[in-house]
Amino acid sequence: MDSIALLLAATLNAGTVLAFAALGLLINERSGIVNLGAEGMMLVAAIAGFAVGVSTGNDWLAFAAGAAAGALLAAAFGVLVIWLNTNQYATGLALSLFGAGFSAFVGIKYTQEKLSERPHFSIPGLADIPFIGPALFRQHPMVYIAIALTVALAWFLYRSRAGLVLRAVGESPESAHALGYPVRRIRLAAVMVGGALCGVSGAYISVVYTPLWVEGMVAGKGWIALALTTFATWRPARVLLGAYLFGGVTMLQFFLQSEGVQVPSQFLTMLPYLATIVVLVLISRNKAFIRINMPASIGKPFFPGS
Amino acid sequence: MLRLELVNISKQYPAVKANDSVNLQVQPGEIHAVLGENGAGKSTMMKMIYGAVRPDEGEIRWNGQAVNIRNPQEARHLGISMVFQHFSLFDTLTAAENVWLGLDKSLSLAEVTQRMMKVEKEYGLEVDPLRPVHTLSVGERQRVEIVRALMTAPKCLILDEPTSVLTPQAVDKLFVVLRKLAGEGTSILYISHKLDEIRALCTNCTVLRGGKVTGMVDPRTESNAGLSRLMIGAEPPQLQHRPAKLGAVVLDVRGLTLAKEDQFGMNLADIRFDVKAGEIVGIAGVSGNGQQELMAALSGEDTRSPADSVRLFGKDISNHSPRRRRHEGLHFVPEERLGRGAVPTLSLAANTLLTRTEAVSNSGWIATAQVAALAQTLIQRFNVKSGGPNAAAKSLSGGNLQKFIVGREIEANPKLLIVSQPTWGVDVGAAAQIRGELLALRDQGCALLVVSEELDELFEICDRMVVIAKGRVSPSVATSAATTLMIGEWMSGLWDQNANEEAAHAQA
Amino acid sequence: MLKLEARPEQSRLMAIGSPLLALLITVVVGTILFALLGKDPVRGLYIFFVEPLKSVYALTELAVKATPLMLIALGLAVCFRSNVWNIGAEGQYILGAIFASGVAMTADKSTGGWIVVLVLLAAIAGGMLWAAIVALLRDRFNANEILVSLMLVYVADQLLSYLVYGPWKDPAGYNFPQTITFLKSTQMPRLFSGFRVNAGVIIALLAVAAFWVLLFRTYAGFQLQVGGLAPAAARYAGFSSRKALWTALLLSGGMAGLAGGLEIAGPLGQLTPYVPAGYGFAAIIVAYVGRLHPVGIVFSSILMSMFYIGGELAQSRLGLPKSLTGVFQGLLLFALLACDTLIYYRIRWQAARPTAAKVAAISTEQKVA
Repeated sequence: MDSIALLLAATLNAGTVLAFAALGLLINERSGIVNLGAEGMMLVAAIAGFAVGVSTGNDWLAFAAGAAAGALLAAAFGVLVIWLNTNQYATGLALSLFGAGFSAFVGIKYTQEKLSERPHFSIPGLADIPFIGPALFRQHPMVYIAIALTVALAWFLYRSRAGLVLRAVGESPESAHALGYPVRRIRLAAVMVGGALCGVSGAYISVVYTPLWVEGMVAGKGWIALALTTFATWRPARVLLGAYLFGGVTMLQFFLQSEGVQVPSQFLTMLPYLATIVVLVLISRNKAFIRINMPASIGKPFFPGS
Repeated sequence: MLRLELVNISKQYPAVKANDSVNLQVQPGEIHAVLGENGAGKSTMMKMIYGAVRPDEGEIRWNGQAVNIRNPQEARHLGISMVFQHFSLFDTLTAAENVWLGLDKSLSLAEVTQRMMKVEKEYGLEVDPLRPVHTLSVGERQRVEIVRALMTAPKCLILDEPTSVLTPQAVDKLFVVLRKLAGEGTSILYISHKLDEIRALCTNCTVLRGGKVTGMVDPRTESNAGLSRLMIGAEPPQLQHRPAKLGAVVLDVRGLTLAKEDQFGMNLADIRFDVKAGEIVGIAGVSGNGQQELMAALSGEDTRSPADSVRLFGKDISNHSPRRRRHEGLHFVPEERLGRGAVPTLSLAANTLLTRTEAVSNSGWIATAQVAALAQTLIQRFNVKSGGPNAAAKSLSGGNLQKFIVGREIEANPKLLIVSQPTWGVDVGAAAQIRGELLALRDQGCALLVVSEELDELFEICDRMVVIAKGRVSPSVATSAATTLMIGEWMSGLWDQNANEEAAHAQA
Repeated sequence: MLKLEARPEQSRLMAIGSPLLALLITVVVGTILFALLGKDPVRGLYIFFVEPLKSVYALTELAVKATPLMLIALGLAVCFRSNVWNIGAEGQYILGAIFASGVAMTADKSTGGWIVVLVLLAAIAGGMLWAAIVALLRDRFNANEILVSLMLVYVADQLLSYLVYGPWKDPAGYNFPQTITFLKSTQMPRLFSGFRVNAGVIIALLAVAAFWVLLFRTYAGFQLQVGGLAPAAARYAGFSSRKALWTALLLSGGMAGLAGGLEIAGPLGQLTPYVPAGYGFAAIIVAYVGRLHPVGIVFSSILMSMFYIGGELAQSRLGLPKSLTGVFQGLLLFALLACDTLIYYRIRWQAARPTAAKVAAISTEQKVA
């Protein structure tokens, strides 16, 4: 029982990483922009967060640094894609490749560094409830912030006028432009917010999830987050659930190993990636379902002059 | 005092001067037509009034005061509202949400929905505010656009080619709405190239040609010929009509029932008609009634048709690919030029390879010289103004590209030529040439099927007509026996009742 | 302020000039980077751009690195032109290396040189197999090929790790994760004694010619390109998008697998966890910088090789981290994408609109009054 509670707790932890990134990408894609640079942004944010965490000893500053790094890279991406109309997929890839190289380069100095003693969090009272306590209430505050963010985002998208405008821009930037909305600025804002959230996710990885720096430590979570937004058909609540699902699959490998399951470790490590493929296949089969839910202008360039 | 005035407005684009020192004078309560053929500069002029584009030179005056309209919101503040030809609607949002987005922030969605229903009632433009736009018909979508514009209480309403998506009866209803608005003091700018409508509705008319104003007249006192002369500098070109020499049945469609491929399409239901050699059959209908689905089934882009539903010379071709159908003599000209009929960034020579494979050997090798020669032949025979066989398809004007594409299919000596919207967005000269080529092909014994939203065009060139409505096709009627009124009713799907109606009309 | 104005026609000059301009920008940024790191920028540039060309040996090393890049990039060029986004070439490369090693391990002292052919064929098969998974999932289930191919890279990596730490580990290898060193009979013949460059270079150059013919002189190549440029036109013409998908993926998978096999039958000589050198990703940049054109790819693969070798030299001579290469590669692609805009747009200086605010203020006053 104990180990299951721990598995649940670890699932929430791992899921939070994906949740922040995927929610950020959701905002991006709702405006019609696909940012394949998620992995690169998360890597740079991870080293930025780690570096700031090491030098200041303050975790929240580390998260802020991660968010700033993500937003900055996203802004560069945004200018290229929104104003210069470069191909979204190629530019996003370039960002990922650059981020991988740049983070490895900057991170050389930090491979031996350590963060200050990691605090233990628990909600007084609730944390002592048997089973549920260790499972749910001994988490880093960011875990709860992720949940709050999901609720806030759902409200924003479906209950607020600003959210309606964002969805309209993603649906048809030409129509939004004809109605007088500043489509490009709205898209840039969405891209930067998305980048900041990816950045928070990256910093969370290097500061909370596995508090150290190793080249390439994001290990594909940026790509999984991209798959997650499609899997969740661009709805915040589903993104959160999906993030926890994937977090669970990722943690499963440690759980299985601790339970003495005799499978070579590499096959267990493959699990999250294989799961992503399976999930993509399941959700993509119904073309019509995807089409009706997907922001119609994803990936297509927008030319205000025409 | 004039409500709206344009004084010496000019706008230059990289390749063309869209508006050259144009002047416009609109009185309050006036229905003012802006007439011109495709490419004359009407859209550019409207975009400047509406705030989407800024003039390079000249002045815009509103109620006598010079203004600088920087964006559509400022235009809305002044009281200028626009109903677009290609709707600015968001398919997955409801009608009410769409209207809300077109207004300023101050009202809530609930308030907007309430007011919307009042406006709809007042002007007879009923649409359910809570339905998502993608479930609405084209006519209903236009109503949402108009309601959205009306809710800004405009002093000047601009309508861009509003009747291209309406049946003749719906056009009459629209005119009632517009006259009511004008009577209340709203100025209306009515963009169109349809002479009959302008003469029926408008009290003033500015004519544009090649970016310049060629005249400002009262259309009620002008004839079609007079307006045409101002619009294109000459009388409307006359076409040669010879009696039809009918041959065997070439295309035989029966029992064509096809489920729509995606959410937003239209099901086809038990379609039946035929086309004989030496005749042109026209398919009339308002867009969105299944034309695209029918074309895809006939061209081979959709191969799901039930067995034996499509027959060419008696042979079942229902599941043949486009390439195979071309081998068998069926050629097709789609309504979209750039992106479907031709690849925009490829040269004219390369674009011939889409449907003409004479220059490709059995092993797949392309003889590039031969390909270029074919393109040159087409350019010369069909009078295509271009930079030569190596010019990119997108560098041609709409009319010239259409001439090239239609020519490419005609020159292949088809047994059956299907054309969708042959002169859509094409200047009058090219349109006349294309229609002439179609008639010449028919005189040589080819069977032709033409789909068009322009009723006038169909009456001009077709021997027989059918009407498509909600995925069903009417029985055919000889063009000489058909009237606009009758076809208009059929467009609403009422061809079965036609016999009774005719009798009632005759008695009334 | 600066304004972008659409050109009526694509600029031919910039189509060739853009990669050069992008390179220039990368060099400038590189110079700044060197200076910031406290190293002499001139020496840094020398190491990256002159040293790799200085001697015959250096040139052959360039060829060794350029071969896999060229092969993979050719396949990717076909893919990208068809609008099929195969991002997982790295995984297909790994599978090629694995399959090649599998065959190479069966050789013994009596095996003749012909086994090289089998090794390479196995490599191509391995790459194709890995790419076929992507094609199948996209064809049957509409699964996004970017994500599937990428996930398969991670899976391939783990598969490799499993093999070299497990069943394929050399029993006489001191427990290092590596296979046996493959016998000479499984290796590609070298072109000149004393240099590492082998017949793989010839294969790569032949491939360049073959791909040029495919893309620009065959109807199959035409169909692929139309499918990428205008899918509706491809449907109208009757070109099968399914055929295009499979052709593009199998071709690029096979090329990536071949590249992996040539590395096994060449410079590497055995299977280790370090076989994935990122060529699959670098090849994406090579393809783009080479304008998705076979001849352009020859030049861009040489350029990318210079980045790789320069990075290695910078590490040994200047003490700079090898990851510098990755930074330059990413920068180059970014700069290229930005510069490509100039093919479609002109930069114009436009004076700001006069007193716009004042006129709007007057018009609002009018409204209130």
